[in-house]
Amino acid sequence: MTCLPSVSPTKKLGLVIDLDICVGCHACAVNCKEWNTGGHSAPLTDLDPYGADPNGVWFNRIHSFEVVDEDNDSKTVHFPKSCLHCDDAPCVTVCPTGASYKREEDGIVLVDADKCIGCKLCSWACAYGAREYDEDVGIMKKCTLCVDRIYNENLPEASRVPACVSTCPVGARSFGDLNDPQSAVSQLVVDRGGFDLMAELDYKPVNKYLPPRPKQNEHSCSSGKPKQLTPIATEKAGLFARWADKVLSL
Amino acid sequence: MHPARSVILFTTASGAGYGMIFLIVLGQLTGLLPLDSTLAFSSFGTAFALIILGLASSTFHLGRPERAWRALTQWRSSWLSREGIFALSTFIPTGLYALLAAFGDGIFGNTMVLLALASLLLCAATVYCTAMIYASLKPVPAWCNHLVPASYLVLALSSGALLLNCILYFHSLNNRITDGITVILLLAGLVTKFLYWQYIAENKGLSSVGTATGLGKMGKVRLLEAAHSEANYLMKEMGFKIARKHSRRLRKITFVCGFILPVFLISVAGLFASTALTNLVITLSILLGTIGVLTERWLFFAEAKHSVSLYYGAEKL
Ligand code: SF4
Ligand code: SF4
Ligand code: SF4
Repeated sequence: MTCLPSVSPTKKLGLVIDLDICVGCHACAVNCKEWNTGGHSAPLTDLDPYGADPNGVWFNRIHSFEVVDEDNDSKTVHFPKSCLHCDDAPCVTVCPTGASYKREEDGIVLVDADKCIGCKLCSWACAYGAREYDEDVGIMKKCTLCVDRIYNENLPEASRVPACVSTCPVGARSFGDLNDPQSAVSQLVVDRGGFDLMAELDYKPVNKYLPPRPKQNEHSCSSGKPKQLTPIATEKAGLFARWADKVLSL
Repeated sequence: MHPARSVILFTTASGAGYGMIFLIVLGQLTGLLPLDSTLAFSSFGTAFALIILGLASSTFHLGRPERAWRALTQWRSSWLSREGIFALSTFIPTGLYALLAAFGDGIFGNTMVLLALASLLLCAATVYCTAMIYASLKPVPAWCNHLVPASYLVLALSSGALLLNCILYFHSLNNRITDGITVILLLAGLVTKFLYWQYIAENKGLSSVGTATGLGKMGKVRLLEAAHSEANYLMKEMGFKIARKHSRRLRKITFVCGFILPVFLISVAGLFASTALTNLVITLSILLGTIGVLTERWLFFAEAKHSVSLYYGAEKL
């Protein structure tokens, strides 16, 4: 049934992505691909993988943006993006077949591979580009929030988190229940001013993003005016330094 | 958005078919058109052929066409599902009506009145649902507005009228009133498209690369490095750019071929002494109208920008 759950899910599992920490290493994308090509929505087909025009299904992609402020200071922000498991998910309600659904128990948005007809309408309805079509199988696929890991009792407890979260070398991705105000992820969102992507569309995404922190001190090169490299040998420089400057300038 | 041929064909052909049935039925209900069996054969035959062609082509772009029946199950939330259900159920009253019109006793009895009313309602509902599939998509501001259902409905009528008009000429059943109605509907199409293009030029939605990344508060945001080196599904499906370059010229083609020339040709068709020449001019109006409507629909898809393009280098929609 592609109506959204009539009562809002009690648990809203999702990710909190820290744009301050992410270094853009793409490890989460790679591990997502690795896990999921054998997981719930397997395989994540690659077409022409070693040829001139490789093309394949990925659930997680890392874009890199540059932000330039009024002082012309710029900052590079790496921006991982996967499904945000929206509360008000139009990708679910537009689906004509019932293949797309939002789970009542934890809010995870999934595609039933046996029902999908590959009409692609859900990928048009998702504002974030979180759905990818598998041309080979003819159906739509998307991030499963690693539903086959987070409840998987065959895995040690510490591994029962999404693949992208467990692999991130800098801890830029956190996983938890965003409906529980006491959870570590909810606290993080409150402390750091976590925000929604494209809030104006009102999809009510569960995943939140944490903004890059402001520069820490005046010595970091992009606060205020860019620092100049100053010559060592000024009048105030010591005798040796002035002598060295002379010799080296010959 | 990528203008898939199957979807262009589906929306234009089935739209014209439903528009045509709407007009024949309405014409016969009001007594403007005769309950004539040869007219019924050619007009309903053409309309059903168009509708079936459209519906068949809409299944071509499915990844798993063999499961298409499943699309009829989610009418409670999905406009696509509603569209499928209306499209199929429209066949019942329109089919029965067409049979009675072709083989009946030539009397417009109560059964026919009921079938006619049901046909009118269902044809309009089907076209409305088709339009709402697009008009309900918030990530595409060019689609998410009331002028989309308006132009789908008006264009279904104007393209249906153009075809029906031609059939009336071939049967020598045309008159000033049928000419006039066709011209009015074509002009209505022109006005609707004009208003639509004006609207989308001014309303591009609130999203920008700043809101898409949430970084807009910090400064000016631009894409520094793409997420991947080759084009992926999203870029192929939503990142279509060719139209924007030629859109002015293509809009002119739509106006001139789709509306202005057909109106002109219909206005002068009666001036020719020979029927053959008149019919030739009317046939030409259909050819031009088809070019116009196909260009219009191609632009409808190709010009529309999806919010996902904000993650791939676009700054605004
Ligand atoms: S991010 Fe896209 S695919 Fe995921 S729930 Fe939201 S609308 Fe659906
Ligand atoms: S592509 Fe599949 S999941 Fe998406 S809307 Fe169509 S049937 Fe539903
Ligand atoms: S939660 Fe799982 S499926 Fe989703 S992006 Fe992370 S690794 Fe991929």
